Order: sequence, then C-alpha cells, then structure tokens
Amino acid sequence: MKIQPFANHEQALKFRALRNQVLASNIANADTPNYKARDVDFGDALKSAQSGQLSLRKTSDMHISSGNKNSAGVDIKYRVPTQPTLDGNTVQTDVEQAAFSENAVQYRASLSFLDGKIRGLRFAIRGSD
Amino acid sequence: MSLFKVFDVAGSAMNAQSVRMNVTASNLANAGSTSGDADKVYRARHPVFTSFGDALSEQTGVTGVRLDGVVESSAPLQQQYQPDHPDADADGNVYVSNVNSIDEMVNMMSASRSYQNNVEMINTTKDLLLQTLSLGR
Repeated sequence: MKIQPFANHEQALKFRALRNQVLASNIANADTPNYKARDVDFGDALKSAQSGQLSLRKTSDMHISSGNKNSAGVDIKYRVPTQPTLDGNTVQTDVEQAAFSENAVQYRASLSFLDGKIRGLRFAIRGSD
Repeated sequence: MSLFKVFDVAGSAMNAQSVRMNVTASNLANAGSTSGDADKVYRARHPVFTSFGDALSEQTGVTGVRLDGVVESSAPLQQQYQPDHPDADADGNVYVSNVNSIDEMVNMMSASRSYQNNVEMINTTKDLLLQTLSLGR
C-alpha cells in the first residue's frame, strides 16, 4: 500500500506560495506603467498535480523552455482587466487585494490540514498525544 | 522557499514609493518658487517606475519595481509681469515654477496608499511564513 501521509497538501501549499508571490508582484507594480497583471489558475495546478507529470525546471536563461511551467507545474497567465487605464497598467488594486487575502486564507487552510495530518501521525507513532 | 521573495518585491515597491513621496515633498515645497531666468526656475519632478524581474521571472512571477529615473516636467511655466519683484528680469517678468499642487497632493495620497498596501503584504506573508515554521508543533 502506498502511503500518502500528506495527501497532496504540500503541492497545494506550493501552489499557494507561488500565487502569493505572483499577486505580491501585481500589488507592488500597481503604479508601474505598462505592467500587465498576472495570476495562476488553481484548476491548472490541480490537473498538473493529478496527472503527476514532472515539469522541467529552468535554472538558467539559456535553457530551452518547456512552456512556462514552474515548481507548482502551472502556467502564469495574464489577467484580463475589467477597466482600462491610460498608462497600460492592468493591475486593479482591489481585485489583487481580494485575491491576495483569499490566497493567504487558503494557505492557512492547507497549513492547518497538514498540521492535523502531522498530529495524527504523531498520535499513531506514540500511542498518546 | 518562494514566499521569501515577496519581501524583496514589496521592499522594492516600498523603496520606489518612498522616492515618489520624497519627490512629491520637494515639488510641494518648491510650489511657489520664482526666478527671473526661465532656465533656473524649479520645475516639477516626477519619478519613472519600471518593473524588473530576474531571468526566471517568466516562470516564477517575481517582478519587483525599479526607479528608472526622475524626469522634470515640461509643462509651461507661469510668466508674471511684476517689475517690483526682487527676482524680476530686465523686462519686469517673473517665472513661477510649474508645480501643480493638486497633482502633487493626489500623487502623495497614491504613494502613501501603495506603501501601506506593500506593508500589509509583508505582514501577511510574514504571518504565513511563521505559521509554516511552527507546522506540527
């Protein structure tokens, strides 16, 4: 029997960390002309995690790209803005803030799931808490 | 751990926004300054931001903010005829700086809000990292 003690939660955590970083870049560049806001899709990450395909990681700019896959195995896509801006910036601070805090809560959720798993394992090993 | 890069990104943005605040403060301080020489009068300055990432930013999504420079505004100067002004030139004209106080106030508010945004981002990410560190305790 193959034991998966953490049931893909570590992959979810990886994805949340990546999204945190992408959304942070968006908020940081809220006033940068011609910056295009980006985001990652949870569905893509889920598919990639389920298929179990390993993606190639580039460690140098000279490497041939195998798509834009990164450590979480997802493509970073550009956001379609709902309101146009004069300076070509597509960051909508309110949208990004909402996404950022949602993502932080999801990260915490993954953390507490993992915490429960670890507690369960420890209980199984020690026989007491 | 990729969460640490958020500190770099937010730090670069806070740096850029604080330069913007400084420039705005200079502009407001010099809003009414005059000169008899059109080339010597204070002109409003504005910072120029660009985004920058490392070679792998296409993959990792890490994009910080860099200050590309500070440019002087090319808006026309106010020319006033005041022969009794100590700065007046031979024709009695005085040039007043082209700082627009309303623009600068808006810039200041925008900069301070953006700065606060980045501080919040750092706080949230710090909380997440600390919680990750205490995983399984």
